[in-house]
Amino acid sequence: MEERWSTDHVLSLAPDQASRKAAGKLAGPAPWSQTGWAGGALWGLCKGSGSTPYRTVVDLGGPASKCSCPSRKFPCKHGLGLLLLWSGGAELATEAEAPEWAAEWLTARRQPARPSKKAAPADPAAARRRAEQRAARVAAGAQELRLRLTDRVRHGLADQGSTDWSEIAARMVDAQAPGLAGRVRHLSETPPQGQLAEYAMLHLLAGAYGRVGELPEPLAATVRTRVGHTTDTAELLAGPTVRDRWLVLGSRTTGPEGGADGQLTTRRIWLRGAKTGRPALLLSFGRPGTAPDLALPAGTVLEAELAYHPGARPLRAVLAHRHGTPEPAPATPPPGLTPAEAAAAYGEALTEDPWLEHWPTTLAAVVPVLTPEGWRLTDGDHSLPIRPAALPDTALWRLAAISAGHPVTLFGEHGHTGFAPVTAWDSAGQAVAIV
Amino acid sequence: MIPWSDLQSTALLGTDRRPLPLDAEDPATALLDLAAIATVRQRAGARPDPAVEIPEPAAPDPRPELPTAASRRLALLLRDRQSSGAAVANLAELLPQWLATARDQGYRATPALVPELLDAARARSELRPDAVTLAGPLGGWLAERNHDWRYVSRTAVQGGQPQTTDQLWHEGLFAERVTHLTRLRRQDPAAARELLRSTWSTERAEDRLLFLDTLQEGLSPADEEFLESALTDRSKNCRAMAAELLSTLPGSALGQRMAERAKAAVRYQDGKLLVTPPAECDAGMQRDGIAPKSPTGRGERAWWLGEVIAATPLALWPQETGCTPAELLALPVKDGWTEDLHEGWARAAVRQGDADWARALLGQVPSSPRPGRQVVQKRQAERTAGAAAKLLAVLPPAERAAWTAGYIAGHGLGEAFQALGACAVPWTPPLSTAVVAALRRTAGSGGYPWSHSGVLGMTERALAPETATAVEELAAEAGADSPWAETFTRLAGTLRFREAMLAELLRPAA
Repeated sequence: MEERWSTDHVLSLAPDQASRKAAGKLAGPAPWSQTGWAGGALWGLCKGSGSTPYRTVVDLGGPASKCSCPSRKFPCKHGLGLLLLWSGGAELATEAEAPEWAAEWLTARRQPARPSKKAAPADPAAARRRAEQRAARVAAGAQELRLRLTDRVRHGLADQGSTDWSEIAARMVDAQAPGLAGRVRHLSETPPQGQLAEYAMLHLLAGAYGRVGELPEPLAATVRTRVGHTTDTAELLAGPTVRDRWLVLGSRTTGPEGGADGQLTTRRIWLRGAKTGRPALLLSFGRPGTAPDLALPAGTVLEAELAYHPGARPLRAVLAHRHGTPEPAPATPPPGLTPAEAAAAYGEALTEDPWLEHWPTTLAAVVPVLTPEGWRLTDGDHSLPIRPAALPDTALWRLAAISAGHPVTLFGEHGHTGFAPVTAWDSAGQAVAIV
Repeated sequence: MIPWSDLQSTALLGTDRRPLPLDAEDPATALLDLAAIATVRQRAGARPDPAVEIPEPAAPDPRPELPTAASRRLALLLRDRQSSGAAVANLAELLPQWLATARDQGYRATPALVPELLDAARARSELRPDAVTLAGPLGGWLAERNHDWRYVSRTAVQGGQPQTTDQLWHEGLFAERVTHLTRLRRQDPAAARELLRSTWSTERAEDRLLFLDTLQEGLSPADEEFLESALTDRSKNCRAMAAELLSTLPGSALGQRMAERAKAAVRYQDGKLLVTPPAECDAGMQRDGIAPKSPTGRGERAWWLGEVIAATPLALWPQETGCTPAELLALPVKDGWTEDLHEGWARAAVRQGDADWARALLGQVPSSPRPGRQVVQKRQAERTAGAAAKLLAVLPPAERAAWTAGYIAGHGLGEAFQALGACAVPWTPPLSTAVVAALRRTAGSGGYPWSHSGVLGMTERALAPETATAVEELAAEAGADSPWAETFTRLAGTLRFREAMLAELLRPAA
């Protein structure tokens, strides 16, 4: 039997504030009957306003839920309420067999997801034409960007007046190069002393796309991804997968609190393969009104197959196939590096993907120290700065409290601006989310 | 190889204005190419910085850490999301109870939650002693590094570290000095008094008042001489405080002087009490802390009488008359001084913490409202309730709750607010049952919940969790969608929440 989740974790699944409120009202035992908890699933009947109670079932492995209510939110308030009831420690029948209506959905859900045979394009020639057209449009956009950048360097970066970067970013979106657009938008927020480096890296990327056909394939894939090409998930699932016991090193949700209207929430989940030692990053997005559909708390382990996005330095992946449900990992910190090794590892990653801002890194035995210049992580031989503004103050103090002046194992992202902590392992070897 | 600083300055001014020392078809493209190489080289070749000094770690805390469930609950209470997994009132209201229970169980807070705990107690000073206790040495260690938590070192906690030096007393901020004195008073009352005496003449008047206040704890005849000397203090408030402390000190000379004045003012004759209030407030009375001007708006003689009675040792009256407190209260009083005399006794009972007298005085409170004119009755009831609440505080908790339960049965909830406030939280089952019964009557008689928000707010925090089922029944009785149903449902939710939260703390740590 797995451990119950924390209320915080359950609330993080709520699509919006209103659902949280509504679910809160269903978190007590009053409206529920015939509740059960077995085999990684919860179910129960929830009394609504009508005479027939709603049938609610939650698969903790997703988590995913199904409910007979008409709500279009996902998960609906009944699913959340049931999770809250359970996380609050309510007594649920644990020996029970799931009733037929719940079992049916669970079984169907847990059928190995066979990637649908990718339907061959109706007209291969037309598809190729479309791809070529797009590549040409992106190449034109990249070329235009290079001209804009050199133009700015000719006139001098100090002379900001004449350039409307948001307009150029919009042009990049039109050219179907959202990756370039994002970097251009970022330019306007870069402080003057960092601007030349950003210009140069953008110039390098736009130039690389101009000769993407001549690059070795892994690097070409990296350049395409950076410019904003995305690989279709279905296509990835049809390709090779890596099976492993994936340890969840940490997760971070950014974007509006609970998915405010019209905004996208992004959840990053970092994994490390126990057998292969490979890092992986899963992204899951929440559209307005839905929470990101994937939630894996740090310190759990999941036996699964991942399909990596192509690139010179594969990191981003999709969850292709689960073998079982997430379980708590043994209470020991994962293996980690010294600050010196972490700096070297990032350097090595840059040799394959020069545009990498940071690389997922576990530091073993570092002490967070507040110095007059800000927080630093030290092992007694060297130190790394904590990336300024990477964390709110509360989170930095939380990290200091977990360490209490003793060395801790710390997972985060390390890059040229410093280290951004995500998860710490406390003295008992338990993973604690810092952010 | 052109240095980065040259690339940077050329880029800022523009290659049109400041050429690069190289032969290139397009200087701007060449500059960006070079800058890209330099940037990647810089980033890829970055070395770690030199080590920084690792400060002394926090002292170990041998207490057991909170159980997992309780730790989660604390996070929930601290983050107080309005939508927190239960339909409950206001989680921040439940925090003091949670902290007190966790402290009594001897737990230490989960390290990751200590910063939030210290933040919460920074904003709410009533939480400080418990929060600082739970945070333990780790809290002190963090507070040394974060100015926002400076209060931690100024918070007096039970069983705090023994003070070894009086450095804080001589150099600390006012709040630190009060804390230091309070701690010292707990460990060594005489040393605290002598420390205060050593600097007394140089302290500011408003500081002296609060320092005097710390002597309440552990007051003994050994303090009398010092307090007597404070009766001639420059500050009126200090004089009054010293007099009040002396009047609570059994066998004090001030008590004796007051007893002489009381005997002159009240005589026992033929089963009656004859009252002759003081005719003037002479220098001796003023020195003993009686103000010559009546601040209450009542007549001056009545005021002086009340002050004398309130500062007279209660033991005097049975000695003089041979009557018990209850008999004394039943004696007829001549010339309409009954109320003043009884009120003086009530103040003396509160000051001297005399349970026998408090019991007798509370026995005088009518068990149900007297018929009478509405307005007079209401004011009367409020006064009685206020005085009763003070007297209740003198009684042991169980007796307090029992008396309040009886009072509620007779008077309903409206007037019981102050008495309920004097009862220990959580309320005893009998008191909780009485409150639930009164709620049922109130809801049945057609009132609205919002007219009782004061008492209802208190029930959220104080009603015994065991009454949750009874409250759920009330919700069902109230009829769907009525305001009372909503109120009771939420109250029941809060009770269930408290029940769960206390169970998590009381469960033996696995």
